[in-house]
Amino acid sequence: MARVSTMGQRSQPATGTEETAVVVDGMRTSAITAVDDGGSPRRRRSGGMGKRTKLLVLNAVSIIGGIAIWWLLALNGFQLPTPPEVVEKAIQLWNAGILQEDILASLGRVLAGFLLGSAAAIPVGFLMGWYTVARGLFEPWIQFFRTIPPLALLPLVLVLLGIGEIPKIVVIFLAAFLACVISTYQGVVSVDKTLINAARVLGAKDGTIFARVVVPASTPFILVGMRVGLGSAWATLVAAELLAAQAGLGRRMQEAQIYYDLATIFVGIVLIGILGLVMDRLLLFAETKLTGWQERR
Amino acid sequence: MTTTNPATATAAKISVREVTKTFPLKGEEFTALDRVSIDIADNEFVTVVGPSGCGKSTLMNVLAGLETPTSGEALVDGRAVSGPGPERGVIFQQYALFPWLSVRKNVEFGLKVNGVPKAQRRERAEHFIEMVGLQQFADALPKMLSGGMKQRCAIARAYAVNPSILLMDEPFGALDALTRVKLQEQLLETWSREKRTVMFITHDVDEAVFLANRVVVMAARPGRIYDVIDVDLPYPRTEDVRLSPEFGELRNRVWHAVYHQEPGVAAGTASH
Repeated sequence: MARVSTMGQRSQPATGTEETAVVVDGMRTSAITAVDDGGSPRRRRSGGMGKRTKLLVLNAVSIIGGIAIWWLLALNGFQLPTPPEVVEKAIQLWNAGILQEDILASLGRVLAGFLLGSAAAIPVGFLMGWYTVARGLFEPWIQFFRTIPPLALLPLVLVLLGIGEIPKIVVIFLAAFLACVISTYQGVVSVDKTLINAARVLGAKDGTIFARVVVPASTPFILVGMRVGLGSAWATLVAAELLAAQAGLGRRMQEAQIYYDLATIFVGIVLIGILGLVMDRLLLFAETKLTGWQERR
Repeated sequence: MTTTNPATATAAKISVREVTKTFPLKGEEFTALDRVSIDIADNEFVTVVGPSGCGKSTLMNVLAGLETPTSGEALVDGRAVSGPGPERGVIFQQYALFPWLSVRKNVEFGLKVNGVPKAQRRERAEHFIEMVGLQQFADALPKMLSGGMKQRCAIARAYAVNPSILLMDEPFGALDALTRVKLQEQLLETWSREKRTVMFITHDVDEAVFLANRVVVMAARPGRIYDVIDVDLPYPRTEDVRLSPEFGELRNRVWHAVYHQEPGVAAGTASH
């Protein structure tokens, strides 16, 4: 089976030509001067901390300002609950045990769909990138389903699978899978050909090249795909719960809508936002840990 | 000059015989190499210089086993090249270091995929990292290194699997002039201690003359050998050599061969 070598978009700019540092390379000029040969590694720019702190301060100002505006609007005739009312509502729901139940139900669905989706997407993406046959077989279906929002499949899934947990997980699975599979595939086809050649001339066979070059080189793409997939999974979850569920944050909001319970709707919105953010940050953390080797400009 | 014959071919480390390589290009046949023949002796340092499109990189890829010739054959130690092999180390212009591996792990890569046990791997890697003077940066990632250091790491990586041939494709092409001169001297220094047969591709006439026993000048459209110029300057090549009138004379000859090529006049073959 032939490897797919076309369609590769270079993800990283080719390294090398941008060098500016005049390095007096000390390849064995003398053992003593080896330390200060000027061939120093790139220094991190100082002053980065100051910029970071500034950004954090601005973030905080923005959040506080946003809440203040919300509060002002609520006090000036808009039909909104005030921030304390929302917090109070949250505590009330928590004490009644409803909030925990909803969070667990929603998180469980998202995680199940997201993890299954990513777990399926990564091998499929690799196969598509590595083997022309796999690409030819999978591509039409992926391109087809990609243009359909997973939610649009919900009515069908509900009819076929009923209103239990399975249909919701299925649509979330699809959302996560589609985002991640495309990204993984892109990652594989854009692996720098020179790196593959470098491995080959060092004696690596196809299997080794795949495991030791293609997989690490496409990790950044996979993680980006997973982050997009997670966002997509959350969006799909809430909508799925709005249609049919016994518990869950979306379900709770749907119910509150009937009783004009704005505070509960706000609790739901804020919690969904926070949970999504926390999960995204976790993935971002994994990304920096796993792909810190990338040259960033 | 004679064409290669089986009797002399066994003596040559590398023997390129009537190699032709064509690519389809926009519906037409593009001849990257046209019946190129050359013999390179054991431990010889040969540089290949020529205008872009003369097929010098294609020639190197054929020898590396990354491309197969359309016709003709390339022999290494008398055996036809049919793929990459551990006796041929390759150094690329773009360094091609694995960015997720430290300098040490990069140097160990070839040993690891060839099943060398860990302790031995460590030791060999250590030796070659020291040879290129990167011991301070053994655990640094490539992104922390300057261009010159990256290429030194790539040289150590190629040496680590102990090839008898080094194929270098414009290895210093992306470096600034000062770093390049330094690395040229260091490469020769390394080569004089750890002798290898080297084929070094470059577009820099000075570099070609400074490094080589022989300079192969190629011509484009179709890619072919235009001239072969012996460089009978003594090693070690010091700054004095670089500034000597003999060096200047040879450079002028090579320069003339590269930049004032008479169309259609091909030397065709070259043997040692």
